[in-house]
Amino acid sequence: MSEPSERTRALWAEFRDVIGPLVGLAAVIGLFSVIGTEYYLGGDNLRLIAKHTVIVGLGAIGMTFVIVSGGIDLSVGSVIALAAVVTALAFNAGAPPLVALFCGVAAGGGCGLVNGLLVARLNITPFIATLGMLGVARGFAKYLGDNATVNSEESWLTELTTSNPEPSWLLVGPGIWLMFLLGGMMGFALRRTRLGVHTYAIGSNEATAQLCGVPVERVKLLVYVICGLFAGLAGVMSFSDLNAGDPTTAKGEELNVIAAVVIGGASLSGGTGRVASSLIGAFLMTFLINGCEDLELRNYTQDMIIGAIIVAAVALDQLRHRRRAWT
Amino acid sequence: MTGNAHEVALRMEGVRKRFGGVVALDGVTLEVERGEVHALVGENGAGKSTLMKVLSGALRPDAGEMTLGGVPFRPTGPLDARRAGVAMIYQELNLALDLTVEQNVMLGREEASFGVVRTHAMRPKVEEALSVLDQPGLRPDTRVAELAPGTRQLVEIARALVGDARILVMDEPTSSLSSEETEALFAVIERLRARRVSIVYISHFLEEIQRIADRFTVLRDGRTVGTGRVGDTSIEGIVELMVGRKLDEVFPAIDSEPGEVLLEVDRLAGVALPRDATFALRRGEILGIAGIVGAGRTELLRAIFGLDAVKSGRVRVAAAESLARATPHRRLGQGVGLVSEDRKEEGLALELSITNNLTLSRLEPYARGGVLSEARRRDAARRWAGELAIRFDHPDQPAGTLSGGNQQKVAIARLLHHDVDVLLLDEPTRGIDVGSKVQVYRLLADLARAGKAILVVSSYLPELFGICHRIAVMHRGVLSDVRPTSEWTEHELMHVATTGETAGV
Repeated sequence: MSEPSERTRALWAEFRDVIGPLVGLAAVIGLFSVIGTEYYLGGDNLRLIAKHTVIVGLGAIGMTFVIVSGGIDLSVGSVIALAAVVTALAFNAGAPPLVALFCGVAAGGGCGLVNGLLVARLNITPFIATLGMLGVARGFAKYLGDNATVNSEESWLTELTTSNPEPSWLLVGPGIWLMFLLGGMMGFALRRTRLGVHTYAIGSNEATAQLCGVPVERVKLLVYVICGLFAGLAGVMSFSDLNAGDPTTAKGEELNVIAAVVIGGASLSGGTGRVASSLIGAFLMTFLINGCEDLELRNYTQDMIIGAIIVAAVALDQLRHRRRAWT
Repeated sequence: MTGNAHEVALRMEGVRKRFGGVVALDGVTLEVERGEVHALVGENGAGKSTLMKVLSGALRPDAGEMTLGGVPFRPTGPLDARRAGVAMIYQELNLALDLTVEQNVMLGREEASFGVVRTHAMRPKVEEALSVLDQPGLRPDTRVAELAPGTRQLVEIARALVGDARILVMDEPTSSLSSEETEALFAVIERLRARRVSIVYISHFLEEIQRIADRFTVLRDGRTVGTGRVGDTSIEGIVELMVGRKLDEVFPAIDSEPGEVLLEVDRLAGVALPRDATFALRRGEILGIAGIVGAGRTELLRAIFGLDAVKSGRVRVAAAESLARATPHRRLGQGVGLVSEDRKEEGLALELSITNNLTLSRLEPYARGGVLSEARRRDAARRWAGELAIRFDHPDQPAGTLSGGNQQKVAIARLLHHDVDVLLLDEPTRGIDVGSKVQVYRLLADLARAGKAILVVSSYLPELFGICHRIAVMHRGVLSDVRPTSEWTEHELMHVATTGETAGV
């Protein structure tokens, strides 16, 4: 008899954390649809927004795991560039597009593996370990590309991030659909699998997790590998977008990725965060930047607004939690 | 007790452990029967924690035998001991606050197929464990962060139950519980006993032990100095075993004469708590504030000290009423200091050295041109530590390595070093052993004699009656009249604390 209410409660608990960022996203869209031009909510612009979100979005999916575990990955931007260069080189060396794609993803996974080993095995603070990788991966990307952009021929890889997909009923490039698909899968993994629960547990109270027999070292390692794999895939999208592997691309992108996750309501001290919320956070940022461009605001205005939004999102979240603690 | 009641669940025999030159355990024997609540008592430093670390697998003993249900037991680590059926319920809660009750209870033993957690398969187990706890508000899907602190501990017990724990070690389980929560915990302990789980119950509250425990073992200086049935022994008897001396030596003579008023609080109200508090504290006086946990006593001290906002009312320090908003900085400048009830979180910086902790609030005397003289700070730390009989190896030693009683003395020493006249002390003897309590009481008596004014918040009534000139009671944010200690009885005091009614008493 109490079964439905029990289920409703559980569903509500699942949904509750997503409401905040969703409201924020609606507010941003609402604001710019009022003060912006009619072009803003047009199909072409929405397609463009989706295309511009794919790199940060994919990065944010992986970053959510790391941040929920209480860690941080600063190397994402560099890994994206490295993966893009690796994809381009593999493709130019004659690999079929799919193999080139996997090479890019694997390069990201490799960086994540090193990050994970440094953090989980050698107990190096995530901030430092991944700061090191930020430098190494960027340098390695430049070395591989001989300090220049690696241009490639067109292939279906280029179509991943297109705004005009074939067939046209796809509306947006297959890369964007891939992001949603993987986002759904990883969201499920974080909420419903043992790995996911253990990730939350480590971020919430590592000592307890250890004591309860959670394989802390392995989970941490996996979390960084996941983040690396997604950064790798984001690198493939960068390659797709530019039709080239640019070793200088995505500089500072890790901060946008972290911002998306934080806007989505995750705490940098670990234990909270959702993949769906992070994706909403990523979209919120693109809608915001795009809206500023729509209004022809200067670049520096956008930077300031984004900065303010990040702080505001966290402040609002704090208020919400304080209120909950009172009631 | 029925049938095979005297079946031994755990036996530790001749357990020895030394750290460098210090002998922590010197041949301890502990025997716990199945389905009994066995109280383990002793001063801090007596070896209780070390013994429990040996039991829980965190430490390997140098010598001695352990058997669990008659089978030799040599845990290789905490996880191993847990799997063998020894579960610790720690003072510092071991919960992942962001996870749900169910996720916490099943942490590390989730049932999953292809990595996907099978909530439905685990639910009956969780429900069964929760049913033992019998808390209507405790649902599997509730996030632990949303539970009251007192309820959180029960989640740990549920975790132990799901893990088929045979020995449950509870370390000061009631130290941060309200009286209602304590009752709920005792009810749970009764049910656990009925399920033939053995409980090793560590507590400084001997009244509790008398109520809940079947037998007790007393440790002193790393040795078992006594064991017996609780029903056959008086509290005084247990205390005398613990401290190795007579009880009337516990409370010092309070012979200081109160002088002029140093702190005057007039109809003080905070944002939520306190709601109405009026009293005057005199030089050389120890004033006690009783009340149940959550009545607003801590908030009263915080409001006086300028940590919490004041909504209405006045605080006057030594006749100099400052119009500026009170801040801890201003209050310290006026000679008012606070020692928090929460040593770990607020009272001390446990990672910092004794020297740093002691001198942190007043560094000016050691600075020349902005550069601190470490040598002189260390000397000062040594001097104060000596004066308060703080036991330590070196002034650079982290405060966290001291025993609870010595940590408390460092916190008080900091105020004295700051040369305050008014000391606001929140539960100054919480979680410290009887021997250290005695030292803290003596220290307070000495301070009062030296002309300090002391406000003591305490939940331990005998202590208030033992050291205070006058006592007031707080009930739901409202402070009662202040009366001389001799005009209160424990019964009256509890009556006011729980009902707020003073009329007719």
